[in-house]
Amino acid sequence: MTDWIDIGTLSDIPQRGARTVRFEGEPEIAVFRTGDDKVFALVNECPHKKGPLSQGIVHGHAVACPLHNWNIALASGEAQGADSGCTPTIAVREENGRILLARPEVMRDAA
Amino acid sequence: MDFQDGIEPNSDYDDAPIVPSDDVREHLVVVGNGMAGCRAVEELLARDADRYRVTIFGAEPHVNYNRIMLSPVLAGEKTFDQIVINTREWYDENGIDLITADPVTAIDRAAKTVTSRSGRTVHYDRLLIATGSDPFIIPVPGKDLPGVISFRDMNDVDTMLAAAEAGKAQGGGSAVVIGGGLLGLEAAHGLTLRGMKVTVIHLMSTLMERQLDEAAGWLLKSALEGRGQSILTGADTAEIYGEGKVEGVRLKDGREIPASLVVMAVGIRPATALAREAGLDVGRGIKVDDHMVTSDPSVLAVGECVEHDGNVYGLVAPLWDMCRSLADGLTDRHTGYRGSVTSTKLKVAGLDVFSAGDFSGGEGCEDIVLRDAARGVYKRVVVKDDKVVGAVLYGDTADGGWYFDLLKKGEDVSEVRDLLIFGQAFASGGGALDPKAAVAALSDDAEICGCNGVSKGQVVGCIEAGACSLDAVRATCKASASCGQCTGLVESLLALTLGEEVEAGPKTLCKCTSFTHDDVRREIVAQDMRSIPEVMQKLHWATPDGCSSCRPALNYYLLCALPGEYVDDQQSRFVNERMHANIQKDGTYSVVPRMWGGLTNPRELRAIADVVEKYDAPMVKVTGGQRLDIFGIKKEDLPAVWADLNAAGMVSGHAYGKSLRTVKTCVGSEWCRFGTQDSTGLGVKTERMTWGSWMPHKFKIAVSGCPRNCAEATIKDFGIVCVDSGYELSVGGNGGIKVRATDFLCKVATEEEALEYCAAFIQVYREEARYLERTAPWIERVGVDYVKSRVVEDEAGRKALAARFLYSQSFSQDDPWAERASGDRADLHQHLQPLALEAAE
Repeated sequence: MTDWIDIGTLSDIPQRGARTVRFEGEPEIAVFRTGDDKVFALVNECPHKKGPLSQGIVHGHAVACPLHNWNIALASGEAQGADSGCTPTIAVREENGRILLARPEVMRDAA
Repeated sequence: MDFQDGIEPNSDYDDAPIVPSDDVREHLVVVGNGMAGCRAVEELLARDADRYRVTIFGAEPHVNYNRIMLSPVLAGEKTFDQIVINTREWYDENGIDLITADPVTAIDRAAKTVTSRSGRTVHYDRLLIATGSDPFIIPVPGKDLPGVISFRDMNDVDTMLAAAEAGKAQGGGSAVVIGGGLLGLEAAHGLTLRGMKVTVIHLMSTLMERQLDEAAGWLLKSALEGRGQSILTGADTAEIYGEGKVEGVRLKDGREIPASLVVMAVGIRPATALAREAGLDVGRGIKVDDHMVTSDPSVLAVGECVEHDGNVYGLVAPLWDMCRSLADGLTDRHTGYRGSVTSTKLKVAGLDVFSAGDFSGGEGCEDIVLRDAARGVYKRVVVKDDKVVGAVLYGDTADGGWYFDLLKKGEDVSEVRDLLIFGQAFASGGGALDPKAAVAALSDDAEICGCNGVSKGQVVGCIEAGACSLDAVRATCKASASCGQCTGLVESLLALTLGEEVEAGPKTLCKCTSFTHDDVRREIVAQDMRSIPEVMQKLHWATPDGCSSCRPALNYYLLCALPGEYVDDQQSRFVNERMHANIQKDGTYSVVPRMWGGLTNPRELRAIADVVEKYDAPMVKVTGGQRLDIFGIKKEDLPAVWADLNAAGMVSGHAYGKSLRTVKTCVGSEWCRFGTQDSTGLGVKTERMTWGSWMPHKFKIAVSGCPRNCAEATIKDFGIVCVDSGYELSVGGNGGIKVRATDFLCKVATEEEALEYCAAFIQVYREEARYLERTAPWIERVGVDYVKSRVVEDEAGRKALAARFLYSQSFSQDDPWAERASGDRADLHQHLQPLALEAAE
C-alpha cells in the first residue's frame, strides 16, 4: 500500500527543470520534469558532495549536478560515466496533469 | 627423435604454428612473454625484421600485456583487452611462434635446447632469458592458506575481483594488504574501489620509504586514510590465521585484523632459478654485460631478472633501456647499456607522487623544500655540487619530468637555483608558462610515456613519419595508448611538430555533435537558426536535448547572434546564471550587488548591512573586484534579498555570470598625488557601458590612474592605464590559474576613444571566441596581431564592432534581479506545496 501525495501540476515545474518539496523530518526531494514531460523524483543531494540536484541542468533523462557536474540518471539515481554513487529515488507519477509523489517514509518502511 | 630443427609437434598445443624446418635463419628463443621479453623482440624487429627466427615461451595463458596496468584493471578503469600490448595477430604477422601456458623448465646449454613443462624441447642459436621477477612471500605461518595471494599477474587480479564480489554479497568484505610500497598501495586502492574495507600493513615507519621521504610519506598516509583505508605503519606480521582459508592477520604486537583476502605485496625478487640451474653466473640477478649477454655468450638476459653492474631494477624505464641495448647487440650495433637512473611517477587514488634519484641527503647535499600544507603540496629537490641529484614531489608532479631531465643530464643549476623549487615555468624566466615550451625544452631521450617506454624523440619521429593525430600516434608508437597520463604531453608534441596543421582537427563542441564550436557558430549565422531545438535538429545532434556542456554554449551563441530577438533559455543556463547568484558548496548562494567603479555610499552600505542582518548571512567579504559579497543566502530568500537591494538603488553585479563582472579602479587624479587622469570616473563610465553583457566567459576590466597600476589593469581581460598623454589600452590578461599579463593594444588620447576601443574589443571577443574560452587563451590562439588588425588598424571595422556591441547592450541592461524579484517566476524559488494526502491500494 502506498500513500500518494498530490504535490501540484506538471506546469508548476519548468520543462527541463525541477522544483523541490519538503516533508517534516525527511531529506528535501527534487521533482524533475524532462524535455519529454516525464516526471522523476530524487533526494535533492548528489551522491558526490550533496550538491542540490534540483539546480542542475536537466538533459535527456539525466541531470548534471550544479557543483561538480556529475551526471545522475533520473530513473535510477545512479551516477553516470566514470563516477559512481547513487541518490535514492522516490516513486512519482503523473495523473490527469497532477503530480503524485509516494510518501517517502512509507517507501522506506516498505523497503 | 630429433628436435634440433624446431618444435616438437604436440597435440595439446595444436594452435602453436609449426615452423617450416627449411627456415635457415638463426633461431632466437625467448623465455618469458612479459614486458621485457616482448619488448626486446619489438626492438629487434624494428632494427632487422628478417634476421632471426623467433619463438617466445610464456608461462601465462595470455598474449603480452602491460603488467603496470593491472592496477587500473583491478580498479575497474580498464579491461584486460585494453592492456594487451601485442595481439595474436601481431605475433602472426611478424612470424613469431608464441607458446603460452607452457613455462620453460630447463635449459641445456651444451645441447643448446630448452625444455618446457609439457615436455616440448626446442633448439636455439641464441637464448634470451626474460623471466622477470617473482613476488616475495614472507615466510610467516599461514602464508599458504587459500585467500593469500600476491599482486603480480592477471590471475591475482581475478582472485581479488572474486573476493570483492563475494564480500559484496555479505555486505562488504575486508582485505589486508601487506606492504605499503608502490604495488601494495595500488592493490589497496583497487580493492577499496571494489568496495572492500582495506587495511594496509607496513613494516617501515612511513609509506613508500624507498621512493618518498618522511614528509611526503606522511602526506600520502593521511590522504589515503581520508579515503577510508586503514594504514598501520611500523606493523610487523606475525602470522596469517584461519581454518582452511584465510581469516585474518595477527601482528607481532598481538593485534588481529580480520580479512577474507590477504595480498602480499612486500617486494619482488629476480626470477633466477632457471638460469642458476643452467649454471649461469648469478648474483642477485642473472649477471649480464653492457649488451645483456650472460656468462654464456649464446645466452642473453633482460629485464627484472638481471643484474647489471651490481644493480637490479624493478621499474619499467630501465627495462626499455636494456631492450634497446640488447637489440643493438643482436644486430651488430654496439651502443651498450650503461645503467639507468630511475624515477617513479605514481597516481594512487588521484594522488600524484613523483620521486627520482637520491633524496636521502648526505655529505654536501643541500635540500630545497617547499611545503604548502593547505594545498597538499610538498616538493623537495636535493642539490649537490650545483647539480640536481634527487627530487621528491607530492601533490603536484607537473615538473617531475623537468627535474628528472636536469638530473640525468647533470646540468649546472646554479643560475636558476633560487627559482628551482618553483618549477620549470618560473626557473626559465616565466616564458615557459606555455606547456608547449616546456615540452620543447625536454631532451630527445626524455621519457614521454612511462607505460610503453616511449621517448620524446620516438614520438616526434613517428609524427614526422606521418602520424598527425593523437590516435595515429597511439597506433604507431603506443605513446599515450595505455594509462593516458601523458596524453597532454603527446598533444603538445603534435602541436610543436606539426605547427599549425594540428589546428585542423579541433575538438567537437561536446560528445552530442561532430561539429566544432566554430562550425556551430558559423552555421547558426549562415542558416539563420533561432533556437536551441532548431540548431540540434538541423545539425543532427546525437542526444534529444543536448547535455550540460552544449546547451549553455548554444544559448550563448544564439544570444550573441540575435540580440533583442533570441529568447533566452533559462534551463540551458548553469545554476548561477539561472539563480542570479553564486551557488556555494553547502547549496546556499552568495549575492554581489554592483558598485559602479568600486564606489559606494552610506545608503548602499546600510542596505547591504540590513540584508546581512535580516537574512542572517553568516559572512560578508570584499571581493577581488572591489565589491561586497554577501554569503549564505537561501535559495527561497533570494527574491526578497534582491528586492531589498533594488530598493536601495543597487542592481546585480553579475558576479555569477559568463558576463562583464566588475571594473576595478584606483582613486586617480581626484585624490592620488600620482594620478594622471580620473581613473575612477572612467571606470564608472566603462562599467555603465558594459554591464549586463553576456560573454563567452567571465570578463573583467580595470582602470589604473598611473603606471603604478594600483588597479592591476595589466592582468585583466581589458585594462586601461592612464598616463599624462592619454590612455594605454591592453588586452588578454588573466589572474587565474595561469597568470597572464595583458598584451599592449594601443594608446589613445581621449576617454571617448578608450570606451570605443573597449566596446569593439569586447564585441570581437563575443562574436569569435568559443564558449568558455577566456580572452587569454583566445588571444594566444588567434594572435594579438589579429586582434589589433580588427580593433586598431581597421577604423571602420572598429566602429561597426562598437556599434554592434552598443546595440546589443540596449537589450541587455535590464537588471535580472528586478525582473525576478517583481514576480516573474519567483515561484521557482519556493518549494512545492503538497496538497492532499490520498491513500491508495
